[in-house]
Amino acid sequence: MTTSTKTLSQPTLFLWIVVGWVSFLLLPWYLVDGGLFSGQWLVDGYPFDKNYAPAAFLIMQGEKLWLTPLLIPLIMPLFAFKREKSDPLYAQILILTGAVGFSWLIIQGFSIGIRGWNYEWLSALFGKLDGRQFGMGYGGLFLASSFLFLLTQGIAARGAINGDVFVVGAIGFVLAIVGAFVFFPIVNMLLSAFITEDGSYSFIVFASKFFDDRLWGLSCVVGTGRCGVAWNSLFLAVCVGFLTTVLGLIFALVVTRSGFRYRRAVRALTILPIITPPFVIGLALILMFGLSGSITQFFSDLFGLEPTRWLYGLPGLMIAQVLAYTPIAFLVLIGVVEGVSPSMEEAAQTLRASRWQVFKTVSLPLMRPGLANAFLLGFIESMADFGNPLILGGNFDVLSTEIFFAIVGAQYDQGRAAVLAIVLLGFTLTAFFAQRKWLGKKSYTTVSGKGDSGVHPLMPRALAIPVLAIAAIWSTFTVTIYGMIVYGSTVKLWGVDNTLTFKHYVTAFSVRITEKGWQWTGSAWDSFWTTIQIATIAAPLTAAVGLITAYLLTRQSFRGKNAFEFGTMLSFAIPGTVIGVSYILAFNVPPIELTGTGAILVISFIFRNMPVGVRAGIASMSQLDKSLDESSLTLGANSWQTFRKIILPLLKPAILAALVYSFVRAMTAISAVIFLVSAKYDMATSYIIGRVENNDYGLAIAYSTTLIFVMLLAVGLLQLLVGRTKIGRRDSAAKRKS
Amino acid sequence: MTDINSKAATVSFRNVTKMYGSDVTAIDQINLEIEAGKLVTLLGPSGCGKTTTLRMVAGLEMATKGQIFIGDVDVTNLPATDRDVSMVFQSYALFPHMTVLENVSYGLGFSGFNKVETLERAHAGLDLVGLKDYSERLPSALSGGQQQRVAVARALVLEPQVLLFDEPLSNLDAKLRRQVREEIREIQQNLGLTVVYVTHDQEEALAVSDEIVVMRNASIAQMGTPRQLYDTPADAFVADFIGEANLLPCEVTAVNGEVANVSLGDFHTTLPSRGVGQGAAIIAIRPSRLVIGAAEGFNAVVSKATYVGSRMEYTLVSGFSTMFAVRDDVDNPLSIGQEIVVGFAQTGPVLLPVC
Repeated sequence: MTTSTKTLSQPTLFLWIVVGWVSFLLLPWYLVDGGLFSGQWLVDGYPFDKNYAPAAFLIMQGEKLWLTPLLIPLIMPLFAFKREKSDPLYAQILILTGAVGFSWLIIQGFSIGIRGWNYEWLSALFGKLDGRQFGMGYGGLFLASSFLFLLTQGIAARGAINGDVFVVGAIGFVLAIVGAFVFFPIVNMLLSAFITEDGSYSFIVFASKFFDDRLWGLSCVVGTGRCGVAWNSLFLAVCVGFLTTVLGLIFALVVTRSGFRYRRAVRALTILPIITPPFVIGLALILMFGLSGSITQFFSDLFGLEPTRWLYGLPGLMIAQVLAYTPIAFLVLIGVVEGVSPSMEEAAQTLRASRWQVFKTVSLPLMRPGLANAFLLGFIESMADFGNPLILGGNFDVLSTEIFFAIVGAQYDQGRAAVLAIVLLGFTLTAFFAQRKWLGKKSYTTVSGKGDSGVHPLMPRALAIPVLAIAAIWSTFTVTIYGMIVYGSTVKLWGVDNTLTFKHYVTAFSVRITEKGWQWTGSAWDSFWTTIQIATIAAPLTAAVGLITAYLLTRQSFRGKNAFEFGTMLSFAIPGTVIGVSYILAFNVPPIELTGTGAILVISFIFRNMPVGVRAGIASMSQLDKSLDESSLTLGANSWQTFRKIILPLLKPAILAALVYSFVRAMTAISAVIFLVSAKYDMATSYIIGRVENNDYGLAIAYSTTLIFVMLLAVGLLQLLVGRTKIGRRDSAAKRKS
Repeated sequence: MTDINSKAATVSFRNVTKMYGSDVTAIDQINLEIEAGKLVTLLGPSGCGKTTTLRMVAGLEMATKGQIFIGDVDVTNLPATDRDVSMVFQSYALFPHMTVLENVSYGLGFSGFNKVETLERAHAGLDLVGLKDYSERLPSALSGGQQQRVAVARALVLEPQVLLFDEPLSNLDAKLRRQVREEIREIQQNLGLTVVYVTHDQEEALAVSDEIVVMRNASIAQMGTPRQLYDTPADAFVADFIGEANLLPCEVTAVNGEVANVSLGDFHTTLPSRGVGQGAAIIAIRPSRLVIGAAEGFNAVVSKATYVGSRMEYTLVSGFSTMFAVRDDVDNPLSIGQEIVVGFAQTGPVLLPVC
């Protein structure tokens, strides 16, 4: 058995001290043109060239002397090295090191920028500054991380969370990145709601924009005018949240608890709309139900009615969003429905409950976390949706598109965009709090350590019939939509020339093999490879951050946990347009200068999509009995090992959901991406929108179809890799029947 | 073949208090000494603090005040990972995604044993609990009793200083309970382990323990051997909690040193005074110690007679109280309404203060 804690903690301490020194002595301090991984900087004048030099070399050359104080927190932790973890001085040294080092980095980062001092009063105080400072690079980044983790180790040594280094480190890490990449840009942007035209702050300006009739008017209820944007968004979101949860539950039940033979097919179908770029569904709906859509024409010919534009506005928008977001509800609910302990249902059955009563009084209440989560997801997704309202909105204005037009449209009004963002945030936050109240503190433990060997009962007949019927209808509808998309990609010119052709695919994806090798001659290749690259980098990072956060929220208790959860969920409640704009404002200038890089895209994806990993993780983890953790701890494993060996393997459905969703959303995101792309990093979706704006529908649809197939491939691959955990549930009677 | 050895240590609680928030006191200043190699049971009704005490030994809860020692080491601030204490959970907490062998080997991996040793020890552990051929099964393919044995094996192979059991028999059927509790006791005695055992079943406690700690309302009511607790409970609560006890109201008429004169209605007798003063008091007496048809005693009437196979159980009504008596003579049962004389056995009645 391990003898003392000394041997456990020193490796971590050693690691982070080394990281700190390496980043100070070896890594380039500032951002390197062309990226660190190109290696250009190694041959181009490193380590003495000002642009590539590590901090140590800069100081030695007499440059950037404000970095010198960093030597103090670099040397201090060496004194902690020889001490016992329980020595109070150990903790104090580390906390001081981390706090001083980290704050100094932040202070010097924000005070000194491209033009010397960033603030008037600083140059008044210290005189003009000769030096300049660009965005921090890997040197600065790793030094900051080193200080952060030394700080968290110090806090752990003080006794926080029983001295658990992993947990405290994880909390610190998540707080730091969420603070830097969610709070900072958003607060920055919200402050701009108060900015008047001449650059100063005013509350009156804010108030006048906030209480505008365009936001809150009710003329559609009392009269025939338009309602305020805020009411529109709210109504739509509530309906969509409700409908997607119901449909998601229906599909989850069909897949796990019916005798239906083609359950796998149903499973596959519900994933389709996730892997579709958002506006494509809207486009397909227009192809079918628009003014000159095929179905509209069919019915108008049949009944002799005039074709109308009924699709544009609330009806079309609701259909498109429900089509788009049901699969997310499904993915969350399938994990929950499968996780309900069969022996509880069997117990209820033996207590004379009919299958319907069992479902209503035992199964459904046990699924409440999943249902609440699914509703929340649907609500927020609808609120933040940008692509569909852009195409199908008609006269039905919603908050997300209004924000976009406030920035991009003729009336550039940063303040108005910020006010709309505040309203939008208000809604999503309210939904968040309401859901937490409903869930309460009940225990939904169902995967206990007792190897549940019960069998899921089939659905009661009264339930099975409508469920299967609805599932069948919705599946058919979905298939038709996709049929439309594929068909549309092979049509020469929709609505004008219906000859079938592959012309659009050729234009986008032609390849030529020459003596020089493969030549990617198609116009779409550039954005395609960029998108794949960025999505592949972002997905595992997103899943990792999401699941670690979910672990902290379900398995640990610490002060400020509620605020912590709120902070991590916040980025999901913010629409992509707001993220995009706030990132541009915040990260266009030092200390974190990221616009035009691939990193800003990856980071925006991580924080936009992280909450789904968190939600899926929470829903799954809250069904793992805490005694599994505790027994692992008493057997000598620490939190990190428990997390890796016990919790993660039992979370495979959640990991899969997180990976799939992150990858796919990164591939299909549009609302944030449209602000963050650059010449070097063009993403597929913004390229497609560009084609649509040029009326090149054929190419746009062909590209979209290709994307869909690529992602199908990726999802299939992921499913194979992560696999399904064997926890020994005997197959339900359904499987035996088929 | 590798043997499982024992590194049994003492457990010591010094003025330990555990509070949740600022108003809920789960444990109130308890002092406890558990000798090495003994099986000590924490017994009490729900909410008395026994499970909290157990978890504090494990390191899953931290004491708010006071100190906890295992052996000579102050472990008050040491988390569960770093203590040499293993626990068998009420729900067994077997890892559902690992086989039986992997479950048992789990802790060995963190103790620094190489692969060969780990396997040997794991197999030895399974052998000890009689599950040698089950190593490749998943927990869901085992019965409740088998799962529990895997949980025990998993805890044992680490040769812990202290082994903890949290109501291990509560999920087993009655027949299995007797068998399993005897197996647990046997393993404990063979290996000389220090075991802390939590249960609310007093018969179980009496059967397996070297010492029993009866807890009530966050503190210790009495600690002693099973016999001590059964024959000489400290107060009415302990008397009633351990075994059946008749609590008969009586009057102490005089106290002469160690001896008290006690009267129950017309019946007079002398009993060790045990610190009880003159005035109203309670006599606690076990049903088996009431002698039916004694030469000297008080009058009573049989109101109920129940046959439970091994003996007869009677409810008797006397002038001052109703009581419950048992008799082995099943062939000559008393009839309802029969009048008898009831006396006390030599060792049996205990004088208790009125609480």
